[in-house]
Amino acid sequence: MLTNQWAVKWIAGCATSIHDHRSELSQLDRVIGDGDHGENLARGFAAVAQRLQENTPDTPADVLRMVATTLMSTVGGASGPLYGTAFLRAAKAIEGRDLDSLAVVDLLTAARDGTIFRGKAAVGEKTMVDAWAPAVDAAREAYDQGLPPDQVLSAAATGAALGARATTILQARKGRASYLGERSVGHKDPGATSTALILEAASQAAKNGEVS
Amino acid sequence: MKKLINDPRDVLRESVEGFALAHSSIVEAHWDPTFISQRRPLPHSTVALVSGGGSGHEPLHGGFVGDGMLAAAVPGAMFTSPTPDQIDAAFHHADVGGGVVAIVKNYTGDVMNFEMAVELAQADGIDVRTVLVNDDVAVEDSTWTAGRRGVAGTVLVEKIAGAAAARGDDLETVVRIAEHVNANVRSMGVALSACTVPHAGVPSFDLGDDEIELGIGIHGEPGRRREKLSEADTITATLLEAITDDLALASGEQVLLFVNGMGGTPTSELYIVYRAAAELLSRAGVVVSRSLVGNYVTSLDMQGVSLSVLRLDDDMTSLWDAPVHTAALRW
Repeated sequence: MLTNQWAVKWIAGCATSIHDHRSELSQLDRVIGDGDHGENLARGFAAVAQRLQENTPDTPADVLRMVATTLMSTVGGASGPLYGTAFLRAAKAIEGRDLDSLAVVDLLTAARDGTIFRGKAAVGEKTMVDAWAPAVDAAREAYDQGLPPDQVLSAAATGAALGARATTILQARKGRASYLGERSVGHKDPGATSTALILEAASQAAKNGEVS
Repeated sequence: MKKLINDPRDVLRESVEGFALAHSSIVEAHWDPTFISQRRPLPHSTVALVSGGGSGHEPLHGGFVGDGMLAAAVPGAMFTSPTPDQIDAAFHHADVGGGVVAIVKNYTGDVMNFEMAVELAQADGIDVRTVLVNDDVAVEDSTWTAGRRGVAGTVLVEKIAGAAAARGDDLETVVRIAEHVNANVRSMGVALSACTVPHAGVPSFDLGDDEIELGIGIHGEPGRRREKLSEADTITATLLEAITDDLALASGEQVLLFVNGMGGTPTSELYIVYRAAAELLSRAGVVVSRSLVGNYVTSLDMQGVSLSVLRLDDDMTSLWDAPVHTAALRW
């Protein structure tokens, strides 16, 4: 079972990882978008990390809800509403529940569905969904095999990373990259890349012993 | 890249502060969350127009706040949509009981953030209607993309719908007029150089010394096609043809011709483009009865220009001619 401490570590880990990778994310965005994905997300997660330090919520659902509202009011662009909606739906999915393997699968599924709802994107359109969707599939598979939550998250992180890498060969059909048409092929999607970083942080936080 | 700034993180705040100081008789700035409103309150029950988007397009949108145009404008970070809490605050401030028309450029981030803000404001009982502007003909196949972008035509929508609101038209009518303008305006842009976002410090895309990017958007994102630089008349003809074909303009129709600078193009060059476009239209029997030339929807320091053509009818013409008093547009 994952603890509240896991949720806190996950989000702190996101803030560190996004900060460390902000130039890489902006560089990816510069090629097929407008070059601000890293800076915008880093600004949002820095605000999240500060709020987390000032006032740590008591439950994982409250942690994720705080992440959602903070990202929505600080990030802007498309990433703000997309990640905001993903974390808000994720919070709702685990409200009042113990964080066992099934709850982790439900959390990830709700985040994926929230992203699809807000962005109206489908799999294969070179967006965040192309990281969320394989993450959910891999997590579901790990759960079906009876694996514990930390291994469900590890599978999700691997699925997201592979999905993000596979966006390189896709042609963008949503967001600003879609205006490039075929010229968007051959470049990795910055949104899918940041989603993979966020899920890698979730997995790392679980590995570091935040399991009771 | 040289920039006339202090700390890159302070660009938005310092720019909005300066804007509000310079035009203090027309606008006031609000902080936490940030938005710009008209200083003089609207008459009770008037429809309030609110727009917003990423910064870096000045004078859009703050420069169009004032009598006969916008009641409030919401600037986001550089080239980044404002957040829902900002937009919601502007809706609340602007509403004087007549409802609010949100004018949104069709860009993914703007659409999502406005969508969330509209949900918040409607939950508080404010009647907010959204009008999406999508005048950019450069985006050809909308089922494969996020759809046509909202670009320079936004200014024409804001002016004409703003005049309708000032005339006392009700919410439904103002929405209908704004949609009517959007349905009759088409734009296309070209970049001669990329722009540089202050905190990035490098150009938003690489363009060779002898290359131009056709179909450029306004957020520094590349367009659809790259070509060798040619003469102004040739480039103008390419832009205009895409527009008039899409509008299906017929001989004898009246139009407004709008030549918009992207920020780094001298006004003299804008007039060279205007001359070429006006001549081509007149040769096709189209009557250019109104015009606008200048830097109104910019992309920071980008060199380039966009051309917009609005098919006019009598009502749109008289609304265009109606008095307006904003920082960037007044007559």
